[in-house]
Amino acid sequence: MAKKLIYGKPSGFFDTFDRRPGITHSTHYCPGCGHGVLHKLIAEAVADLGMLDKTIFICPVGCSVFGYYYFNMASISVPHGRAPAVATGLVRSNPDCFVISYQGDGDLGAIGFNEFIQAANRGENMAVFFVNNGVYGMTGGQLAPTTLPGQKTLTSPYGRSVENEGYPLKVCEMVAALDSPVYVERTAVTSPKNIRAARAALRKALTYMKEKKGFSLVEFLSGCPVNMKRSAKDTDEWIEKNVIPYFPVKCFKDIANERKPKQSPVGIYDKEKVKDSLLATEKIHPSDESELPVPDIKGELRIKCAGFGGQGILSLGMLIAEAGHLQNLKASWLPSYGPEMRGGTANCSVVLSREAVGSPLVKTADVVLAMNQPSIDKFSPDLRDGGILIYDSVNIKFDNPGKCNVYSLDASMIAKDVIGDVRCANSVMLGAFCEIIRSIDEKSFISSITNNFRGKEKVISMNIKAFQEGRKAVRK
Amino acid sequence: MSERNKIMLRGNDAVIYGALLAGCDCFFGYPITPANEIAHSGAALFPMLGRVFLQAESELAAINMVLGASAAGRRAITASSGLGISLKQEGISYIATMELPAVIVDIMRGGPGLGNLGPEQGDYNQVVKGGGHGNYKCIVLAPNSPQEMCSLTMKAFELADNYRTPVYVLSDALIGQMIESVLLPDPVDKKPIPDWAIAGTAEYRKNYITSIYLDYDDLERLNLKLQEKYELIRRNEQLCESYMTDDADTVIICYGIVSRIAKSAVNLLREKGHKAGLLRPMTLFPFPSTEIQRLEKKISSFLCIELSNGQMLDDIKLSMESDIPLHFYSRMGGNLPNEQDIINKYLSVHGKTNG
Ligand SMILES: Cc1ncc(C[n+]2csc(CCOP(=O)(O)OP(=O)(O)O)c2C)c(N)n1
Ligand code: SF4
Repeated sequence: MAKKLIYGKPSGFFDTFDRRPGITHSTHYCPGCGHGVLHKLIAEAVADLGMLDKTIFICPVGCSVFGYYYFNMASISVPHGRAPAVATGLVRSNPDCFVISYQGDGDLGAIGFNEFIQAANRGENMAVFFVNNGVYGMTGGQLAPTTLPGQKTLTSPYGRSVENEGYPLKVCEMVAALDSPVYVERTAVTSPKNIRAARAALRKALTYMKEKKGFSLVEFLSGCPVNMKRSAKDTDEWIEKNVIPYFPVKCFKDIANERKPKQSPVGIYDKEKVKDSLLATEKIHPSDESELPVPDIKGELRIKCAGFGGQGILSLGMLIAEAGHLQNLKASWLPSYGPEMRGGTANCSVVLSREAVGSPLVKTADVVLAMNQPSIDKFSPDLRDGGILIYDSVNIKFDNPGKCNVYSLDASMIAKDVIGDVRCANSVMLGAFCEIIRSIDEKSFISSITNNFRGKEKVISMNIKAFQEGRKAVRK
Repeated sequence: MSERNKIMLRGNDAVIYGALLAGCDCFFGYPITPANEIAHSGAALFPMLGRVFLQAESELAAINMVLGASAAGRRAITASSGLGISLKQEGISYIATMELPAVIVDIMRGGPGLGNLGPEQGDYNQVVKGGGHGNYKCIVLAPNSPQEMCSLTMKAFELADNYRTPVYVLSDALIGQMIESVLLPDPVDKKPIPDWAIAGTAEYRKNYITSIYLDYDDLERLNLKLQEKYELIRRNEQLCESYMTDDADTVIICYGIVSRIAKSAVNLLREKGHKAGLLRPMTLFPFPSTEIQRLEKKISSFLCIELSNGQMLDDIKLSMESDIPLHFYSRMGGNLPNEQDIINKYLSVHGKTNG
């Protein structure tokens, strides 16, 4: 008999409540409170199903915040409404544990509704036990999302107005409409008959969780005699008469047998494997540029690459940075940011040095590679005296003011006519850079291209050809 | 290859490399620029190593997932930027109170409000001073390169475990976006599940984790215990880089991207015979007060440069014991000083106008 079960201490409860400071022989719930009844049903079920060791009981913020006093299980009390997110963290990081997310109607239906519905929609392997008592118990009896129309609370002293607060939130109905959850049932902890159904429902939810079938929700229409200002018995009768007609007690969904148990990833922590996997994701070329002498660069070589978005400006910079890096220089690359991106130009800063790089932002440049008119107009004045300007003469008109070394080449035309793809113009520019700078070995640039386009053999050979054409173009 | 472990890495990606090398089990995050590459890399690399990656429905959810994983005794990380960090503050206060380890990465952008995507340092107060409710604070590490994005993320996990406290890696849009040579550190040994965890086995069944203490004396005791921990951290964990400070007259204090620019400025000033130096806090809590107090005895002034309204400036003032001048230069809104701006400020402090 269910009614008998809820008196006396069930297995799954502590014999004495030693986690409770002070009073260790009774719970903190008011007489006739639905939480008290439900706690015993849960404790007994978890024990009967042999799940005490593996289950973690999550206490919400609400009257059940101290649930951990009673359950002989590991437990955690979490921020208001966030229980399903904490449960997600627990069960994702440790798929062998079972989590009960125990929540009130304020906790689940108001402040934490997003955490709740998203966990449901992900089908997390958890059981949510939702205590719908129609009020905020802990804070003294304010309106809850589930308060009935016309029902008086401290914050609806004239009764819930559907104009002002809308209609009560039908949680089970909403969750049942989602594809992921496996089991959704509404019950009531009122009459012995209803309590028997509630007991069976929560056992079913726990069993599905044990089988790793995913997300279950059981709602419990429940009494808060104190805030309903009725005796325990009258409260239960009131629920049967008023709440159940609005919130029908029934099973909305039960499809666990259609679902396979959830599989969990197995973490790899072997140190060699971890490092090898991480390095394998990087573009490491098999050749041995690091055996080449470190390029003889005095101080920092500060480079600006600029052009239209779409001309491969950022990769041009990256190819230069990586070539330096492969030959054991310190290299930094930084894409244009904020205000500099206006006006149709893309640009990036590259710094190469034998020592640690200072500012990765290039203002005063040693080298400017410009591929369109706005870029050369904007960045050529930033060249230091005696600096190097390399530009694509197809797109640019430029009068040399005479304070820097200027190299122009028909990069776009060479790419289009000789290589057959104008997108290779940046590699033509790269070739010119290699030929003019000289201190970095051509092998490093070729490796850089190979790494950058890894897996695309045709693109690699086109770009290497473009690179060689660029070198030729400035040699003449 | 002799330098096989040296790779080019973006700052944001380096966070994920650091996390995986540190044995991190879970990543929970919500998309936001300029921190997105952390989530992108996490999504690619965590599952590759059988670790957990989950895009949460919000920063609120993400930090509470971290709370859950950490309570399970696992290593967990989340990453965001200013406005997302604001949302995480509730959870971080709980994590600090529950004395759980956690690593939170903040790639600062322009604020307040929606602000913009440029680099800023306006999150200093909300990150370094606690940020959420209650008498707690978090350890804050401030990398200024992709190398440190990797290595300080690893260190963050170690500190979080040692002190059972949330640890921030506080960086900015540019350090997050830049790519640089990184020497990949060796992975650490997988750490055992700590004995306080709720790890879902018989051994751990007795454990419970809470942050509610109805008795005033109990809660005061908890608060005092936290303060003792912070004092221990203050004494033991200050970290900074001093550059050219030995004979300096003015020492520039700055962190993150500003410290990179300032280093170049100091080099340029030194080339012209000026005695500029640089102090870069690498921990913001604990603030490197000891080094400030050592330096202030030898120099004529400090110059604080920040991408904020002077949030770190307050900590310098609190650290200083002498009354040497403390100058301040700031940019906000995503703007940066360049080397010349810093040089000019230095010169003006010295009554000169031109280098
Ligand atoms: C962020 C936050 N806001 C508000 C509160 C105050 N508060 C505590 S319990 C509660 C409502 C609980 O109501 P419910 O979830 O229905 O649970 P019950 O007490 O009825 O069991 C509120 C609003 C809080 N603890 N945290
Ligand atoms: S206030 Fe209501 S919900 Fe809270 S313990 Fe009392 S009866 Fe139960």
